[in-house]
Amino acid sequence: MTESVLEARNLEVTFRGRGNQTARAVDGVDLSLGRGEIVALVGESGCGKTTLSRALLGLERPSGGEILVDGQPLEYSAGALKKHRRSAQLVLQDPTGALNPRRSVYEAVAEGLRVHRFDGDERAAVADALSRAGLRPPERFFLRYPHELSGGQRQRVVIAGALVLQPQVIIADEPVSSLDASVRGEILALLLSLRESLGLSLLVVTHDLGVAWNIADRIAVMYLGRIVEQGPTEEVLSAPKHPYTRALLSVVPEIDHVDPIVLTGEPPDPTAIPSGCRFHPRCPALRDGEAQAVAEDCRSKDLPVLSDADGHEAACWLTGTPAGH
Amino acid sequence: MAVLELDDVSVTYRSAAGPVPAVRGVSLTVDTGSSLGLAGESGSGKTTVTSTVLRLLPKSATVTGQVLLDGEDVLTMRWGRLRAVRWATASVVFQGAMHALNPVQRVGHQIAEPIRLHEKSVSEPTARARVGDLLEQVGLPSRVAQSYPHQLSGGQKQRVMIAMALACGPRLIVADEPTTALDVMVQQQVLEVLAERVRDLGLAMVFISHDLSVLASACDDLAVMYAGQVVEQGPSDQVFENAHHPYSRALGDAFPRIGDMRFRYSPSGLPGDPPFPGEAPSGCPFHPRCPQAREVCSTTEVQLRPSGERRWSSCLFAPEVGT
Repeated sequence: MTESVLEARNLEVTFRGRGNQTARAVDGVDLSLGRGEIVALVGESGCGKTTLSRALLGLERPSGGEILVDGQPLEYSAGALKKHRRSAQLVLQDPTGALNPRRSVYEAVAEGLRVHRFDGDERAAVADALSRAGLRPPERFFLRYPHELSGGQRQRVVIAGALVLQPQVIIADEPVSSLDASVRGEILALLLSLRESLGLSLLVVTHDLGVAWNIADRIAVMYLGRIVEQGPTEEVLSAPKHPYTRALLSVVPEIDHVDPIVLTGEPPDPTAIPSGCRFHPRCPALRDGEAQAVAEDCRSKDLPVLSDADGHEAACWLTGTPAGH
Repeated sequence: MAVLELDDVSVTYRSAAGPVPAVRGVSLTVDTGSSLGLAGESGSGKTTVTSTVLRLLPKSATVTGQVLLDGEDVLTMRWGRLRAVRWATASVVFQGAMHALNPVQRVGHQIAEPIRLHEKSVSEPTARARVGDLLEQVGLPSRVAQSYPHQLSGGQKQRVMIAMALACGPRLIVADEPTTALDVMVQQQVLEVLAERVRDLGLAMVFISHDLSVLASACDDLAVMYAGQVVEQGPSDQVFENAHHPYSRALGDAFPRIGDMRFRYSPSGLPGDPPFPGEAPSGCPFHPRCPQAREVCSTTEVQLRPSGERRWSSCLFAPEVGT
């Protein structure tokens, strides 16, 4: 693996809920993002993928474990955080919500520069970021307002706003799920080209396995606060090990369909994480008896945190190689 | 038998900048027990088309052509008749409809509302029993009737909306992006519920989405709209696998087949953006973005014509079929 630019080590983030309940949104995660690498973090709503990415950006303080930036532990002083948030940028799902309707494209892109007291040529930096984001010639867009732009152009403005600070890492949370179908491919192609031209590292947070297949080198599947399977995209998606990944893949709409495995049971609740394998109450392999031999382990024996080594691994007593720490 | 027939329907909105033709000459048919997927991007006119079915368009819209619901022309119906037809003959599940649930009423009460309005003689216990049945039909336990919307997940709320749409036993259900905001797992559950209802109750369904892969897996037939017109129509699997229009192909490729190396590190998109309604280019409206466009495309008016068995395409270079 190449050296990592951003890394989570045994990371835990908890929230205090009503009463004395504690929600363990991220409950032991090892995840690293190499230089120039594109990793897809995949999972359903509520699995903790957004909390994990916020923690990686320094927006959420971990209750356990640590974040490493270029191999050094992230410090939570105001100065260190500001520096980190300059080099790691966030791109959100809905560009219409992310842009202030009363601010021009120029102001939207220049805002980051002003926050970080950029002392170079602001106009040149904004123009450069816009053209890297595919809005050319950039001057034509300076004075436009969000309502004059199409959905795809708005998302390009948001990406330009992230690029203008010359970050090392971009975390993109569902970057294409609110865009029109024909525009979606263009934005994904832009993200790929930024890796080529700038050597950016990208963490793409998505529930769409198609996005992962389109652009990601590696994929990490998250369920209820843990990474349950990770590995090179081709391997994970063509030979998934974890029953949860298999179920996710089986419901991707396609024509020649394998029988969809629809998960039943209560939706996962981070305030009441099941014992043993946290997926066991909904696990189709356990329900169908496929996991009969290891059923006792599934129900009662906790799995180690899945290590973030090279190769393809799953945290599963039946199919996995639980070799964590 | 055709439950819904649209014949040469056009819709024009009046606006300060002049008339905006949002839908231009659309003809579609949906039979009992079958489902039609309507694909297209924002502004392609798909929601406008389906809004003509129950005359849900604002006053600024002028509709021409014919909309037949069970053989009856919707556009010339009197208000009283139209009110009777809404919910009872055709009902709509709107995009993001789950947000339309009243937060301070139990969902059972809300599902029963169309029943009470349309069948005045129904007693309260009968209505309650029917609500229980409806909930079970969409795969929810009948006790959910006692819940308030905030106690339900997004997928459960969307299923409540489907139960409500089924309440008065309609012949046609229009589902406008019913799964767009949902996770894949929940999306699959909702799609299965809808497909079962079509199969078991002999309903007709129109399903709107911009995701061709969802439509292809959920519907018998597909119609692809671009700039207010249907540009391709045919059996879903054939349109998805072997499109006769470059736009349908692009829409299909936007959602990659996982495992197909053609899409690996190669996301597929189209340059440019869909035209604003009323600003459709000359000739074939798709020509400025079409990877295969030739010079004639910008000058020749196109219309839907047969391109195979039960297939139609408006592309000048689609396969020719004698009529």
